[in-house]
Amino acid sequence: MVQKDEIIAKINHFLAEEFEVEEADITPGGNVKEVLELDSLDYIDLVVVIENNFAFKVKPEDFTNIITFNDFYNYVEARVNSKELA
Amino acid sequence: MSGSPFRRGGGTGRGFMKRVVITGIGIYSCLGKNLEEVSKSLYEGKSGIVLDQERKAMGYRSGLTGFVEKPVLKGLLDRRSRIMLPEQGEYAYIATLEALRAAGIDQDYLNAHEVGILYGNDSSAKPVIEGIDVLREKKDTMLIGSASVFQTLNSTITMNLSTIFKLRGVNFTISAACASGSHAIGLGYHFIKTGLQDCIVTGGAQEINLYSMGNFDALSAFSVREAEPQKASRPFDRDRDGLIPSGGGATVILESLESATKRGATILGEVVGYGFSSNGEHISNPTVDGPVRSLEMALRDAQLQASDIDYINAHATSTLAGDASEAKAIASVFEDARTPVSSTKSMTGHECWMAGASEIVYSLLMMHKGFMAPNINFENPDDDSARLNIVKNTTEKNINVFLSNSFGFGGTNSTLIVRKWSK
Repeated sequence: MVQKDEIIAKINHFLAEEFEVEEADITPGGNVKEVLELDSLDYIDLVVVIENNFAFKVKPEDFTNIITFNDFYNYVEARVNSKELA
Repeated sequence: MSGSPFRRGGGTGRGFMKRVVITGIGIYSCLGKNLEEVSKSLYEGKSGIVLDQERKAMGYRSGLTGFVEKPVLKGLLDRRSRIMLPEQGEYAYIATLEALRAAGIDQDYLNAHEVGILYGNDSSAKPVIEGIDVLREKKDTMLIGSASVFQTLNSTITMNLSTIFKLRGVNFTISAACASGSHAIGLGYHFIKTGLQDCIVTGGAQEINLYSMGNFDALSAFSVREAEPQKASRPFDRDRDGLIPSGGGATVILESLESATKRGATILGEVVGYGFSSNGEHISNPTVDGPVRSLEMALRDAQLQASDIDYINAHATSTLAGDASEAKAIASVFEDARTPVSSTKSMTGHECWMAGASEIVYSLLMMHKGFMAPNINFENPDDDSARLNIVKNTTEKNINVFLSNSFGFGGTNSTLIVRKWSK
């Protein structure tokens, strides 16, 4: 099992780097789209950075349920750990 | 003729046309990152050519290239704008920023007026290669990312700059091989001359990365004088052995005289002639007839004689056949006038898609500083270049009118004539 803290730290780091925001601005309750200022094209890059960092592919429709960073962490944690079990 | 916003249509035979002036220029090349640096390099006859060992390791026959530093755009552009720009787009952006500033055109002006963009570009190799590499490895198109398609299209410069600067006028790319930049200015001139637009951002950009020139190197077109990179580009010289690829970005702001006058803009020059032709022959072998027709058409359009031209910025790239043909073409029109000729490619190498625009910028700098830049490395003429009055050393000269040639694969030819502005 990959620890959630580790996942959160990794996510915050690459999102801050890719989308050029301060890590401090990324909080669990924050709105992903608003904080990262994502437009429709940016979601494609989000798929790319997740794949580069966690080696799994996000289906674009999965983003419909990811509103807050907490949703994001939970989603990635579930995918990472289900992949480990597989 | 000065003062009136109109002039006769010249060779077009179409009544009165608007006068087209240049109100801003910008440059980012192997001779410098701005007008001031480039102007100094031109005066000093400084070469921007280096030997790139990475090219040799990759299997290039020649590792010679112009060297252009990657611009730092962080702080100037947001992330989305930056990731959309391929290398040559970055150069074009910096050159355009400088040109718009020189023209005194700010974002408020662009928002309130219909300013267009016509820019020369004819490849975008690096993002194509990198995107396909990802696809081969990952077998998933989405992992190529969002920016690739906007970087790879030939129209990448115009689509990006029109978005960044919020341009609302004419907007397309001119792809005409090594005459792209020149035709872009020529078309801009016509759009303004005929009253379709008042102000257009024109220019040309050229990538210079490892992937962009392999297929050109395959033709053995490049100089292999690798022991002396700065002596390798020697247009018109008897011992030339090929061109050296180079790149960057060059922007020329064209405007109707009425628009420039209304804004109180400083006028840098007037485009008075554009000539063009197609050889109708071989895809890469040059002809004499094609360039001659382009030269003569430009002179007719400008309503000038050969003797009215004070300086010719030649296309000459340092290839055996190309320079010989151009020398014959120039001699057939200008031999009696003994018009001074130099090829700034002796310093820059061949800036390909950008060259027609950068050479207008270089020539305008010479016009304003009162000198002709040298055709460096011209040591011995051959039978053809002996017929020309080639400028070997930097020469002080009052240039009132200059002419610039650009020729490209497929036999596309372009000639521009620019006159110094005086009220």
